[in-house]
Amino acid sequence: MTETTTAIRPPRNQWWDVWDQFKTHKGALVGLTIFITILLGITIGPWLWDMAPTYVDLRARNKGFSMAHPLGTDQLGRDLLARMMAGGKVSLSVGLTAMALAVSLGTTIGVLAGYFKKLESPLMRLTDLFLALPLLPLLLLMVTLFREPLSQRFGPEGGIFLLIVTAIGATSWMQTARIVRGEVLAIKEREFVLAARSIGTPARRMVLRHILPNVMSPIMVSATLGIATAIITESALSFLGLGFPPDFPTWGRLLFDAVDQIQLYPMRVVLPGIAISLTVLSVNYIGDGLRDALDPRIRGR
Amino acid sequence: MFQYTLRRLLIAIPTLLIISLVIFLLLEAAPGDPLGQVPLTVPPEVKAKMRTALGLDAAWYVRYFLWLKQMFFIEPMHLIDTLFGTDLAQGAQRVISFQSRQPVMDIIAERLPQTLTVVGSAYVVGVLIAVPIGIISAYRQYSWFDNLGTFISMVGFSVPTFFTGVALIIIFAVKLKWFPSVYDTTLQVTDWASFKEQLRQMVMPVTVLALYNAAQISRFMRSSMLDNLGQDYVRTARAKGLTEKVVVLVHVLRNSLIPVITVIALGVPQIFGGAIITEQVFKVNGLGQQLILSIHANDLPMVMTLTFIFATLIVTFNLIADLLYGILDPRIRYD
Repeated sequence: MTETTTAIRPPRNQWWDVWDQFKTHKGALVGLTIFITILLGITIGPWLWDMAPTYVDLRARNKGFSMAHPLGTDQLGRDLLARMMAGGKVSLSVGLTAMALAVSLGTTIGVLAGYFKKLESPLMRLTDLFLALPLLPLLLLMVTLFREPLSQRFGPEGGIFLLIVTAIGATSWMQTARIVRGEVLAIKEREFVLAARSIGTPARRMVLRHILPNVMSPIMVSATLGIATAIITESALSFLGLGFPPDFPTWGRLLFDAVDQIQLYPMRVVLPGIAISLTVLSVNYIGDGLRDALDPRIRGR
Repeated sequence: MFQYTLRRLLIAIPTLLIISLVIFLLLEAAPGDPLGQVPLTVPPEVKAKMRTALGLDAAWYVRYFLWLKQMFFIEPMHLIDTLFGTDLAQGAQRVISFQSRQPVMDIIAERLPQTLTVVGSAYVVGVLIAVPIGIISAYRQYSWFDNLGTFISMVGFSVPTFFTGVALIIIFAVKLKWFPSVYDTTLQVTDWASFKEQLRQMVMPVTVLALYNAAQISRFMRSSMLDNLGQDYVRTARAKGLTEKVVVLVHVLRNSLIPVITVIALGVPQIFGGAIITEQVFKVNGLGQQLILSIHANDLPMVMTLTFIFATLIVTFNLIADLLYGILDPRIRYD
């Protein structure tokens, strides 16, 4: 019976199987929906709601929810909906870029350490050393110490963006490197690698064509979870007053600015806080679902 | 085991040295000037003298070795002196804060109790919540309790501590006025009333940190319990006619706690890092707040020493976690 169905069924990309498994994870599906909604909100939103997030209207200070300002205004009369959308754009782009940096660093180091015996010991020592660094204090240090020269060279926005992304990326690649190295070590012993080697595949093609596609699953999972960590780290830095400059809103910065007036206008703290939490929660759920979906032992059961 | 411990201890020393060098070089490469706050009207020769007084005119490696010497030889001697009333240090120069001109270690000693009370009790509370939740979640897998527990731990894990802290302040300090929003560190616990006051102000920071820890630990506890519940020895125990309580709480729990305990040990240094944010939210004048103050003030010796202490904590607890694993799990032998 099974033979006939497989014969009739057209060849199917494995990613469809992954998607089928992913769909069965309810939390992940809800997370994905929320995440896409947030993404659409911050990308398309500013076109629909075209009020400038930096437009100061002193006559409309500290307004509550209204038709003119759906989420109210801040102490300078700036529209909070526009600021939330602008802030989300920065927070998410920091999260995505920092994750991309961390994952590519981690993958490179992991593959090199796993595939080349000579590099293994020094690279893993390096990873252990990084794991022993106190990360939050170091991040705080890096950001405070280098913000001035970098913002002078690349402008206040570009400089700080570069700094924060590099700082977060450079301090969060270790887990990926460890996981990837472990997977590479296991895959290196498989027959197809031996077969590829016996026909004289050079190391570069070996890694790119045979090893990397097979370690994609753990990389994707750690990439997803990496977005969540990066967003939290960025907003924590902003919350400590060490993130982006004041006229350049991120969710963490909006929260930090609102804390002083928490007694009078608690909603201003709650809104960016909910935005951060919701994004991170949805990303974590996506990661959870992805982990299950990419695990061939669970998939197809 | 003994050899392994010794080897790990010996590896820890160069690791810590390299970390201290990395931190030092980072501070060195930074363009920030500790004299940046000095007014421009101060003549340059006076500034040069101030520089010499702070020891800033020496080459970086000289200052690095000076810091090492002060940190590892002079400070311990001072500690022994104050503990036993001896005079080993003989007034040698200690690590001095640029900002307050006090020995760095004295400031740390002043602030450590606040951090330890908040962080320590939060961690204990977190573990005490997490372990039972993990046990019940795993034992009744996919029940409503498990689903709720998994969801709450996912939320606790995802919501950043600064937002939980601020949200608690809004609800319990601003709206309900049950607890104070600012941690009053001048409070002396002398009688029952002040003790109650101390408890009241500790509730919110402890809750924030405890929730965050409980979320992580309960996930580990649950999966570790699940791993063990499916094992053959559990079936054996049940077949022997042991009660369910004994099977779960004695046989399974003891084995499941092994990996969880190492996770708990590994989490200790992290929570000190997390406390930086919580201390900022509730204005606790602990080590984390001091770190941020010193970073803003370019107080290099203070930042250097504090960051190094955080690094030492990480290395120490990594070592403790690995050793505990070897001691608790007879299947693991380091040879």
